[in-house]
Amino acid sequence: MMTESFTETVLYFIELLLGGLTRGSIYALIALGYTMVYGIIELINFAHGEIYMLGAFTALIVSGIMTLYGYAGMSVFFTAMLIAVLYASAYGFTLEKIAYKPLRNAPRLSPLISAIGMSIFLQNYVMLAQTSDFMPFPSLIPDFECLAWIDYMIGGPELVILITTVIVMIGLTVLIKYTRIGKAMRATAQDKKMAMLVGIDINRMISITFVIGSALAAIAGVLIASHIGQINFYIGFIAGIKAFTAAVLGGIGSVPGAVLGGLILGLTESFATGYVSSDYEDVFAFALLVLILIVRPSGLIGRNEMQKV
Amino acid sequence: MMKNIAKLLTVFFILFFVGSYALADTIKLGVAGAHSGDLASYGLPSVKAAELVVEGINAKGGVLGKKVVIWAEDDSCKPELATNTATRLVSKGVHVVMGHICSGATKAALGIYKDMNIITISPSATTPDLTQSGNYPNFFRTIASDDNQARVQVNFALNRLNLKKIAVIHDKGDYGKGLAEFARKFIDQSGKAKVVLYEGITPGAVDYSAVIRKIKRKKADAVIFGGYHPEASKLVSGMRKKRMKTIFISDDGVKDDTFIKVAKKYAEGVYATGPVDVSKNSMTIQAIKDHQKKYGKDPGAFFLNAYSATLALLNAIEKAGSTNYNAIKQALHNKYVKTPLGNIRFDKRGDAVGVDFSMYQVKNGQYVELKE
Repeated sequence: MMTESFTETVLYFIELLLGGLTRGSIYALIALGYTMVYGIIELINFAHGEIYMLGAFTALIVSGIMTLYGYAGMSVFFTAMLIAVLYASAYGFTLEKIAYKPLRNAPRLSPLISAIGMSIFLQNYVMLAQTSDFMPFPSLIPDFECLAWIDYMIGGPELVILITTVIVMIGLTVLIKYTRIGKAMRATAQDKKMAMLVGIDINRMISITFVIGSALAAIAGVLIASHIGQINFYIGFIAGIKAFTAAVLGGIGSVPGAVLGGLILGLTESFATGYVSSDYEDVFAFALLVLILIVRPSGLIGRNEMQKV
Repeated sequence: MMKNIAKLLTVFFILFFVGSYALADTIKLGVAGAHSGDLASYGLPSVKAAELVVEGINAKGGVLGKKVVIWAEDDSCKPELATNTATRLVSKGVHVVMGHICSGATKAALGIYKDMNIITISPSATTPDLTQSGNYPNFFRTIASDDNQARVQVNFALNRLNLKKIAVIHDKGDYGKGLAEFARKFIDQSGKAKVVLYEGITPGAVDYSAVIRKIKRKKADAVIFGGYHPEASKLVSGMRKKRMKTIFISDDGVKDDTFIKVAKKYAEGVYATGPVDVSKNSMTIQAIKDHQKKYGKDPGAFFLNAYSATLALLNAIEKAGSTNYNAIKQALHNKYVKTPLGNIRFDKRGDAVGVDFSMYQVKNGQYVELKE
């Protein structure tokens, strides 16, 4: 090991920390969708990663068309994001109606298989309808001028991802805790029969959950794709697995838990790579998961079975 | 019914005997490889290549005045089948063999050919061991071995770019890690530079920022990356966004236009090794045209290598004046032959001289071959 000054050591630590936080918020953004759906119908929506991928693809197509017509800058970003969110929400809505609703009273394993089936179906659908190649994704988020002095540590897209994750988490918490829809969602999660008796349209509540979850996935898809700069039909699977891990780590069903789980996972990976070796990145991440689940089987902030969302 | 089958068999046997009789004074070329199964796409182009070459040579009067015939045998790329394949070819009395396709199967079959003094040229077996171990003096190949690529990378980094600190990164896969291990070995052996970082990254991960920071911390002059283009483009764009000017050298898996398409402006200046460009060679153009004419489509994998291997074998027999083992071997080592891969002969280990990798660099959005 070569000698390096104290400032360099500290700077290296900060860089790893920021890198870990970015990576963590990427996981968290996707994990939020997992956790919401699980919270309300106790289903692990394995097709969530695919909705994320569909969102990214929609944005790619929209931004491609807009660039062709001479638009540039933030207008492209916002339009692409909006259409991606709408499109992905429609997919999420339909997905629930086709693949999960008919199985609502079936044994728990059936919707799980159905979810895996939908995931494979959507992957192959995009592969056939679009391409199996990696596609370049335009950097829709610019590198802000005012950040130039620290861009070796954190760039524009990374900052946007971090901030978006925080906003989304706060927004969701407010929605669930303080609004009528949130109350109805919580009621549906606690006891479907009872919720129906007091006049809650539980089908509508479940649909709303899926729409919100899918919208979040699309936002994540667009932000992350423009950070990474490439997409193909398979990105949803890999991101989905890590996000699912994050959701379980934090306590599946809990909104702050998903964010905490994502951040812890991202930081662990970043520090493991930085101070040990990237060969063991996943080993550390999953060893941590096992350890936490041994001590707290329902995850870090996961409470008992009855209180979810 | 039974009668018909009996008749059919009789006809078959008669034909068979006639066939063997007619073959008595021919040069028998064995073609072995995966002709069925999931790797058939690697083996079948070599059969077509052999057919095209043999057709052309027979039309000009054959080799040593004799017609050349092909015996094709399938090994499905499986080592356990390859020994049977080899035995069958030997019992058919083949003089030389073009094959096998996969390294494992080739290794399994080679012992049998060696015992029977049969010269073998593979168009596609790249395991370095096959020639470097010295165990198989009867083995030759018209494809560069795996370590060649790493050698070209390291030579380029050390002698052309004069780099001192190199980070070797791979994607943990067979191909990428294999190359990276060779690269590390060659750098260590040279004593001219130091491997400051040797790590595997997980393919498909969302970003490689931690590894990139590590490269920066170790103050590496260059990264040698073994793997494919999706990871390479993430690494390169990540480094450039962090304003690192670290040189990036990679392999055939990155020498792909998709890499430039995805990494865009960040691809500029990246080095990657790839097979020497032969697409402008007149024999290559002719061979591909012949294939399109006869089979109605573009040739598949290793076609040119197999085409060259067949040419080299038949040319060596012609030059040797007989099918004697030592005479053919000498001819392969000493006489140049014109092939789609260029003017080639074989070095004393059996690797084709002139069949190699060259270094390419992205310039103005295109890979350009760098001349020595």
